[in-house]
Amino acid sequence: MSTPVLSLRGVTKRFGGLVAVNAMDFDVAEREVVGLLGPNGSGKSTTLNLISGALPLTSGHVSLWGSRISGLPAQTITRKGVSRTFQLVRLLPSMNVRENVVAGAVFGHRRRWGQDAWDHADQLLDKVGLGGKGDMALGQLTYIDTKRVELARTLASDPKVLLLDEWLAGLNPTELQIGITLIKSLRDEGRTIILVEHVMDAIRSLCDRCVVMASGTKIAEGTPTQVLSDKEVIRAYLGDDDA
Amino acid sequence: MSLTATDIRNLCLASLVFAICALLPLGDQGYWLGLGVTIAMFTALATSWALFSGPTHYISLATAAFFGVGTYVTGLGIDTLPFWSLVGLAGVIGAVLAALVGLATLRLSGVYFVIFTLGLAELVRQVITWVQNNSGQKGLYVLTDLDEAGIYWWLLGLSAAVFLTGWLIGRSRLGFALRIIGDDETVAAHSGINTARAKVLLFMVPGAVAAMTGAILAPRYVYIEPSLAFAPILSFQVVIMALLGGASRLWGPVLGVIPFTFLLEAVSSNFPNQTTLVIGVAFLVIVYLLPGGFVGLMGRINRHLNTREGA
Repeated sequence: MSTPVLSLRGVTKRFGGLVAVNAMDFDVAEREVVGLLGPNGSGKSTTLNLISGALPLTSGHVSLWGSRISGLPAQTITRKGVSRTFQLVRLLPSMNVRENVVAGAVFGHRRRWGQDAWDHADQLLDKVGLGGKGDMALGQLTYIDTKRVELARTLASDPKVLLLDEWLAGLNPTELQIGITLIKSLRDEGRTIILVEHVMDAIRSLCDRCVVMASGTKIAEGTPTQVLSDKEVIRAYLGDDDA
Repeated sequence: MSLTATDIRNLCLASLVFAICALLPLGDQGYWLGLGVTIAMFTALATSWALFSGPTHYISLATAAFFGVGTYVTGLGIDTLPFWSLVGLAGVIGAVLAALVGLATLRLSGVYFVIFTLGLAELVRQVITWVQNNSGQKGLYVLTDLDEAGIYWWLLGLSAAVFLTGWLIGRSRLGFALRIIGDDETVAAHSGINTARAKVLLFMVPGAVAAMTGAILAPRYVYIEPSLAFAPILSFQVVIMALLGGASRLWGPVLGVIPFTFLLEAVSSNFPNQTTLVIGVAFLVIVYLLPGGFVGLMGRINRHLNTREGA
């Protein structure tokens, strides 16, 4: 395997006495879609926060193309090409839909400004299925549309690595199909993606590989079929009786 | 970005308004000119204050500190340097001081920042008082041939510069970054914005402007001493005027400055002991009745009219 795009080595996060993430090791290759799975509270979102720089690491390190990014502030990591969505959608309430997307394009990995940024934002809005809604206020959007805006903002700086934190959570069955198709289209463009996800359909159809966490520790790694039949994984999700 | 027709129209309109305002000393040299100086002074202070506090929501009470430093720059330098260079020097010193304060405090959030900036004015005042006591000097005389009309034109020019700066920042990437920071600082950082740097850069603007305002007004006081130059009431007046007008628009604060100056003038000439009371009541009115200032009120009326038309 060539140099991985992203690699985690011994990544650990302690909150006081609680070890939220314990010595996580895994690599993500270029153009690979990796699912980060695990029961609630197993440390998936925290791991994502450690990669994006939202939280500082207690120990270990994260590197992007072999150079260390852990310890850098979030804005520097973003500029190096790691872009993310949030578990609870975070948009900019004083701005319209298009401005929300432009916000991701101006200061990030690949920078645009002026007409170039506006055009780029419109292209991305088309791509995520919000074509023509650029002038709308956020309050007029449905839940899935707010998620689309956030995704478009995240894509606006042409990131090398995309971190999606439960992007498909909370969608109804119809929206879920739309959401899966959308992420599949990103995958087909050859983007490198890490997604934290609970939706099994999505994991099966999107992920090349999965990393499963329980209580902050990696308990399995492999293709979706491999990990979902792993005894350790079943025990973590369903308890001892069903294993 | 290039100028649109609206931009050019606004620029022309603003130049025209300033040109008309500049004619005031030709009409009156007494009472009205005095009011004009006060309005021009608070326009510069409140507009520059809102440039920083509007988007970031940090309430700064440091105006008096920068203002006082500016008056002392003029007070100390007036015998050796030309007046215009003192105004520029005050601006540089104010900006540097603001940068230092910003680096030290902008990591603090909310109420801690407010208290620090309030304390800053007091700190600088105490330091200067201490230096004066040790040097046996009590105050400084500022004697120039600059008359009231001259001060008015200086302040008007400074206000115009503040508006131009604010307009340019609003169109710049820095202005856009600050709007994002004001909405959600986490999103700002994850969009690649160096939030600390953006805030410090912007905080330097009101710092420089307040110091320059102080430097320009020093000749009007003739005799300056710490309790006059660093009067904390100034910081509160600026905040109240800016909020009364509305800090979310560049032209908002001036809508608060003009009525509030007239109100204070009327109160202080009729009930000289009740000035503080008026400021207090005004603050309550803003908080309870006008949360977005006059700008917010106009926005609400507009929306109301639009929905009625739509219905």
